[in-house]
Parts: sequence; C-alpha cells; structure tokens
Amino acid sequence: MRKGFWKQYQTFQSRRLDALLHALAGVNTSGPVGKLVHSLAVPMVALGIFLMLWSVGAANVTTSLGALPGPVQVWTQGIALYDEHLAERDKERAFIERQEQRNAETLANDPGAEVKLRPYTGKPTFFDQILTSLGTVMVGFLLASLIAIPVGIVCGMSSTLYKALNPLIQTFKPVSPLAWLPIVTMVVSAVYISDDPMFAKSFLTSAITVTLCCLWPTIINTTVGVSSVDKDLINVSRVLRLNWFTKTMKIVLPSSIPMMFTGLRLSLGIGWMVLIAAEMLAQNPGLGKFVWDEFQNGSSDSLARIMVAVLVIGMLGFLLDRSMLMLQRRVSWDKSLVLR
Amino acid sequence: MNEQNHLELTGVSIDFPTDNGPFRALQDVNLKIGKGEFVTLIGHSGCGKSTVLNIVAGLHQATAGGVLLNGREVREPGPERAVVFQNHSLLPWLTAYENVELAVKQVFRGKKSRSEMRQWIEHNLELVHMTHALDKRPDEISGGMKQRVGIARALAMQPEVLLMDEPFGALDALTRAHLQDSLMEIHACLGNTVIMITHDVDEAVLLSDRIVMMSNGPAATVGQILHIELDRPRERLALADEPRYNHYRSEVLKFLYERQRRPVDDSAPANRASAEDDVKPKRFARLRIVGG
Ligand SMILES: Nc1ncnc2c1ncn2[C@@H]1O[C@H](COP(=O)(O)OP(=O)(O)OP(=O)(O)O)[C@@H](O)[C@H]1O
Ligand SMILES: [Mg+2]
Repeated sequence: MRKGFWKQYQTFQSRRLDALLHALAGVNTSGPVGKLVHSLAVPMVALGIFLMLWSVGAANVTTSLGALPGPVQVWTQGIALYDEHLAERDKERAFIERQEQRNAETLANDPGAEVKLRPYTGKPTFFDQILTSLGTVMVGFLLASLIAIPVGIVCGMSSTLYKALNPLIQTFKPVSPLAWLPIVTMVVSAVYISDDPMFAKSFLTSAITVTLCCLWPTIINTTVGVSSVDKDLINVSRVLRLNWFTKTMKIVLPSSIPMMFTGLRLSLGIGWMVLIAAEMLAQNPGLGKFVWDEFQNGSSDSLARIMVAVLVIGMLGFLLDRSMLMLQRRVSWDKSLVLR
Repeated sequence: MNEQNHLELTGVSIDFPTDNGPFRALQDVNLKIGKGEFVTLIGHSGCGKSTVLNIVAGLHQATAGGVLLNGREVREPGPERAVVFQNHSLLPWLTAYENVELAVKQVFRGKKSRSEMRQWIEHNLELVHMTHALDKRPDEISGGMKQRVGIARALAMQPEVLLMDEPFGALDALTRAHLQDSLMEIHACLGNTVIMITHDVDEAVLLSDRIVMMSNGPAATVGQILHIELDRPRERLALADEPRYNHYRSEVLKFLYERQRRPVDDSAPANRASAEDDVKPKRFARLRIVGG
C-alpha cells in the first residue's frame, strides 16, 4: 500500500514538474509537431542553460594561466586546432611532392638508382591523436572481448571452472589501470623485441593496458548471462538430447546476448577512460598525450585546448557506446527491447 | 487397457536436499500405464505431481524405485518421452516453425530428407491449427497459440509418451476448451500414451481414461485411481447431462475436498499460500467465476 502510494506521489510530482517546465519553455507537447519540438527544444534549452552557467562561472575563476576559458574561447581553439591540422596536412603533401620530384629527377639521370620515399615525420595534430586513440581502444577492446567472451561462456557453463576463476577475476577487477601500466610497459619492452616492429611499443602498451581493464566486466556479465539461462529451456535441450555445440549455439548464446552486451558496453566505456589515463601517464601518443602536452606547455590557450579535448573525449565515448548499442540491436533477437 | 506394462513406476520415492536435511516429496508411488492410455494426475498444489512427471521424463532421478518404459529403465531425458512444459518453454528467438524444426532436426536427423522434415513440421503445426503463424515468434502470438506450438513441438518428436504439465493452466476457459478438443482429436488419431497434470476436475474427467489422484505431501503417493468409462469420442455438451460424468466429477471432488482436504493449520508458513496466489492467479480467478 505504502509503496504504491509513494509511487503515485512520485509520478504526480514529476508530472507537475514537467508541466511547469513546459509552461516556462512555452511549448505545447501534444500533437506531432509538439512532440518534435519537445524532443528538440528540451535538450536545446538545457544546453543553452549549461553554456550560460559555464561562461558566467568560468569568468569568475582565475588561474595562473588567466581566467578559465568560456564556451567562446573553447570554440575558437577548436577551430584553431582544425586549421593547424589542415596546415600540417598541406606541409605533408608538399614534403611528399618534393621527394617525388627529387626521386623523378634522380631516376631520369640514372635509371638504375635506388630511390626511397621517406614518410613525413611532423608533429601529430589533434586529429591524428584522436585517430590514434580510437585505434588503440578498438584493438585493446577487441582483444579483451576475444578472450573474455569465451572465458565467460565456459565459466557460466561449468561451476567448477567458475569457482576456480572467480577469486582471480574478483581480485584483478578493481585494479587501477595506472597500476598495470608499469608492469605492462616493462613486459612489453622485455618480450616484444623485433628489428622491424609491426606495432610501436607505445601502442602495444596502451592497447594491452586497455585489454587488462576491459576483460572483467565482459567476463562477469557473460558468466552471469550464461549461467542464468532459463531452467525450462535447459530442460528442453535435455529432453531433445541436444549436443553441447547445438545447445550453446541455439539456447545458451541467444539468451545470454543481452547480458553479454551489457558487459561489452561497460568494458568499452572503461577502456576509453583507461586509455586516456594511460596515454597521459606513459606519454604514449593519443588524446591523453595531447592533454598532458598542453598542460606542460602552459600557454594562454592551453586550458581552452584541454577543454576542447575533454569535450571531444566525452563525445567520442558517447559515440562508441551508441555504436555498441546499434550492434546490439542488430544482433539481438528481441527487436522490441528498449535499449538505453 | 492393452499391455499394462508399457510404462511402469515401481516404488518411486524421491528426496530433495534442503537446508534442514532431505525432504521426501514422493513416497512409494506405483503406477502402471498401458500403451495409448490417457492418464491425468490431479492433486493439491505442491503435492508432487510435477515431480512425478519429471521423474518419468528423466529430468529428476528417483531416490528409490524406478521407471520402466517397455521394460527398459528410464535414466535420462529423451525425445521418446516428450514434455509439454507448463509455461510453453518455446525459445523466444525462434519462430513457431523454427521451434518445431529444432526438435525435428534433432530427432529425425539422417532419417528424413529436408523436404520430408519440412512436411513433417508443417503437418504437426497443422494438427494444432497453427499454420497461419509459422513465421511468428513467441512474443508475437497469444498464450494459447504458444501452448499449441509447444504441443506441436512435442508431437513432432513422435514420442511414445507425451508428458504434459498443466498445459492449459494459464489459459482462459474458451481457449482451454478449444485446446482440449484438439487434444482429444489428436490423441484419437495418433494414440500416444499421455500423462497430463491438471487442476481442473472437468478437464480431467473429459480427457482421461484414468484419473490418478494424489495424496498431499510431504511423502505424497497415489491416493486413489478412478477409471473413466465414458465412450469416445466425447462431446462436452452431451456429457453435461450424462449421469456417469457427474458421478465421476463428484468422486474427484470428494477425494480432493473431503479425503485430502488441505489442513487449515498447514505446517507451511502462512506466506507460502500468498506466494502461490501470486504464481497462479488464474486458477483462483476461475474458481471465483464459477462461484459467482
Ligand atoms: N528441486 C527441488 N528442491 C526441493 N524441493 C522441491 C524441489 N522440487 C519440488 N520440491 C518440493 O516437492 C514438493 C512437490 O513439488 P511439485 O512441484 O512436484 O508440486 P506440484 O504438485 O507440481 O505442485 P503445483 O500444482 O503447484 O505445480 C513441493 O513441496 C516442493 O516444495
Ligand atoms: Mg507442478
């Protein structure tokens, strides 16, 4: 009784709040046009309020690098970063062109001469760092998923294995990426010795650190998903005498896919956060290094540039999560499922 | 009934491990069922009907005694003893057709060609009048339709024994009547041995050759067996005026509400009853409708 009352009270309250907000915003939410306005206008208003508070608040905070940048400065720096990127690309093109021209001349004089195209080694721009980070997180995350999903399935199906592995999983799960980093760095330098390395060591270090932190949520959620398959469905497979493979493919996997994706999304989110921290700490190329370099640089624009990076990191994290969600929608059998 | 030793339960007892020691759910259950016989199990909630069915299915192992099917001991589940589960247990990610296909592929692998399998699947779905929804998934069809597909899946295994745990328990009276009629038709035509659990006295009398009434648990066992000697095919409307029908009906009711009345001061805690209310609201709702 009490519970029901409280719930009613709550919905009543939130409805009143909604009505108040609508009245303030002056929108009418009934009808299709109203709905569209509602779904567009409400976030816009919220964004507007956020920007206003930001610019007012930031102006009042003075740091050793001047006042905290507001939205306008950050926007300007965003444009500046893009221009720098374009300028760098132009330089690169010019550099390659010059080389090609020189090589062509050499070849014209002496057709047997050996010519080389040296790659351009300019400073990576903000956008290069974004691509590096995205690539690293994807590699680390894929590696983790390739390990974690099978391990989770096996753990979910065999309680013996679960009991064997659970203490290890629970111990490693809360370890901060920053603690893994030195170990990973040392191991990679010791083990990965090659004259013509396919991957840079810094890339491997970052990716493996991401992997180590991405493993756990996927393992745990997959295990739970697999072990909580409806007992009646398991009985169906027993009555039909399905073999292990058919049972896994037809019953266990489809019913644990939602949990598996919950784990994967958690993992990807963690991986993205971990990567930025690892890049900052280890000075490995990527967005984390960009932030750290700007911090060390300490020019008047640095704070605004860091804020650009923060916003980009946030938006990319959001996009990564959305793309996992889209993948889940494609793979999941239950199209009516509301996914958030 | 021909061949009384087709399916034989001898001295079946089962203990479930619980926190305060083993709990004896069934004690010395003996039952002989002939080929093609239709037997219903009836008894109060929690007396052990599902447990009996699961032992025959091979999903539970008896602690003492055992089950023989055609002289061979039942040790594990198998498609020759198909089960229709109480909550249909269709795989939600497969369509009606695919659900039946999974069973058919498993049972008839190497015995039927692709096109024969296809025909067999469609034939079985036709038996339960479901050919119009072959490509619908369980969440797109009604409860009665799901139960039909579950029955089609079981029939498609071509089982010797069909085990049904309250197959129509969650359905409204009208759908229930339709499915009972379909079931009688199918049984007349295929002649499988059927063991069915029900709470509905009318259903039991209408469908069965014998009604097995179980005593209350713990240590439940067969209390009384009632032979229903009504001619087949049976017509539910005609039966309403049939004195023998009403006699059988009152026999079962007497057993349930006089001889095996649930003790009021049940040793089970009071919250148990309310938990059951939540699980099976339909059953109580129906009783109210009949009463009012
Ligand atoms: N796996 C189990 N572990 C422990 N006790 C069990 C288990 N399965 C059943 N029981 C107990 O055995 C008894 C019989 O259960 P069963 O499910 O067979 O009853 P039922 O007659 O089918 O009841 P209902 O009509 O409500 O379905 C109950 O007291 C139940 O608590
Ligand atoms: Mg039961």
